[in-house]
Amino acid sequence: MQDVLELGGKKIHNRLFVGTGKFSSYEVMNRALTASDVDVVTVALRRVDASSVKENILEHIPKKCVIVPNTSGARNSDEAVRIARLARAAGCGNWVKIEVIQDNKYLLPDNMETLKATEILAKEGFVVLPYMSPDLSAARRLVEAGASAVMPLGSPIGSNRGFRTRELVEILISEIKVPVIVDAGLGQPASACECMEAGCQAVLVNTAIAVADDPVMLARAFSEGVKAGRLACLSGMSGSSRSANPSSPLTGFLRNE
Amino acid sequence: MNFYELYSQIKKDQADPAGITSADVEKALSCRNPDSRHFRALLSPEALPYLEEMAGKARDITQGHFGKAILLYAPLYVSNYCDNKCLYCGFNLQNKIQRKKLTLEEVEKEASFIASSGLRHILLLTGGSRTMSPLSYIKDCVKVLRKYFTDISVEIYALTEEEYAGLVSAGVDALTIYQEVYDEKTYTRMHPAGPKSDYAFRLGAPERGARAGMRSVSIGTLLGLDEWRREVFWLGMHAKYLQDNFPAVDVGASLPRLKPHEGAFRAPYDVSDMEMAQIITALRIFLPRLGISLSTREGAAFRENLLPLGITRISAGSSTYVGGHAAYAKDRQNIPQFEISDKRSVAEIMAALKLKGYQPVLKDWLAID
Repeated sequence: MQDVLELGGKKIHNRLFVGTGKFSSYEVMNRALTASDVDVVTVALRRVDASSVKENILEHIPKKCVIVPNTSGARNSDEAVRIARLARAAGCGNWVKIEVIQDNKYLLPDNMETLKATEILAKEGFVVLPYMSPDLSAARRLVEAGASAVMPLGSPIGSNRGFRTRELVEILISEIKVPVIVDAGLGQPASACECMEAGCQAVLVNTAIAVADDPVMLARAFSEGVKAGRLACLSGMSGSSRSANPSSPLTGFLRNE
Repeated sequence: MNFYELYSQIKKDQADPAGITSADVEKALSCRNPDSRHFRALLSPEALPYLEEMAGKARDITQGHFGKAILLYAPLYVSNYCDNKCLYCGFNLQNKIQRKKLTLEEVEKEASFIASSGLRHILLLTGGSRTMSPLSYIKDCVKVLRKYFTDISVEIYALTEEEYAGLVSAGVDALTIYQEVYDEKTYTRMHPAGPKSDYAFRLGAPERGARAGMRSVSIGTLLGLDEWRREVFWLGMHAKYLQDNFPAVDVGASLPRLKPHEGAFRAPYDVSDMEMAQIITALRIFLPRLGISLSTREGAAFRENLLPLGITRISAGSSTYVGGHAAYAKDRQNIPQFEISDKRSVAEIMAALKLKGYQPVLKDWLAID
């Protein structure tokens, strides 16, 4: 079965996206990305040092990957826009994950500033993936503004607390017409699997993989978890709200009378 | 309420660990959002038997928030002229040392030398003399440094909010300013003369810098000047105050232990290695997002062992001499502000970090103007 996520004009086979911060070395990061056959990675532009070959993170990302620069460090829409433009000028392509965070204690996103940045960058031709708190009104406005996907958090960044926002994200999955990609807080492959079972189109994981004793093995486990969750979602398993139900299997007989 | 008013409200007995029991420590270790009472318990002598447990929790919190990565930066001393008489400092006005202020050409030479190591974060320091190192000079230095570094911090005399805003406009990203000692009486004794003797003005500097738009503000207390448990408690409360009131600002802390220097000041209070570990772990558990810096005053092996307990950034390739980087091998006529213990080069520290399973981060910000 061919099951491909189309995003930003690209066909993405692996629905596990991986963040590249927090690894113990670029070499370990590279092996984890390669072993899990990841297609999409995010990179904080603040960490990119194009003047150094040895210490330039971009040199250590597998060539097949779509690199999505993020605007980590931006405190408002203006800074996010400037970082995105710098990323494009630096040759990082036209995808951008918008992160606008005014709260260094919990690292929760600022939906209003994120919306402003999305409006500007989408008009400039960026493929905009906004990191957000799962709020339906905000998600609708982001889509209207041109977001190619929305990326609600599963739980706070680095918390490894799993899919705590499930109730709210499920509403986004039902109502939002662009892919919903859960980003942040997924500590175990089971949580990633749960997101995919619920109908998310992809998930993004960083901390859990990066700080594991064996990041390569855990990246593979997450990749498998995502695949399992996706298959479950498509399978019409019992209890799946997103399954492809045959028409009225239980009450169809009423119309046959 | 500014922090001086809050500090005045925090009675000494609130900071004092007397009366803490092991049950208080266990409660502090098991709760999800520790408050100031829990922090006090973690700093108490009763917490020492729980140090391994504290270390495990602190390591997990640190890795969750910061990963297996350590930011490296270098200090750059541009002047050692000083108008103050801080009893513990090598730059004390009364010390008969060779004074020096770098020309902008010399600053550029130092910057170029440091940047060749790959570092992109620099901390510019001066002695506390407004006349010899006026703001115009600091801004000129920043202009030079901007060519080589993506993140510029300053550690200079305390300024007004407007002056800090001027530095932000000039390209300064971050402010480091230590209170040195939080106990007001001890502060007055340690700073008998000069503009730095104004306790409240010094204490208000971090919040003025945050209000002026500094992206990052780091505070610190010199361990050894007063009873450390109270000092670290106040440091933690100060950091929490800054985080609560300026959520967009990245708040950091540093806890240097005093070392010998010119003038032969002996710190009245000792802090053992074990207590140092307790301090780092207690701070980390109390303030999970706090950046914690470890100075080259500590020896190489001890620094490495402390890393997992909560450290997020370390200085590297340090020289505490004015002009000590480019000229290091040739000529060190002047006196350092303090003696460093970890004298390894940036490359050596990077190699050691990698061996320990940490990624040395040389660049973690970019100029977006």
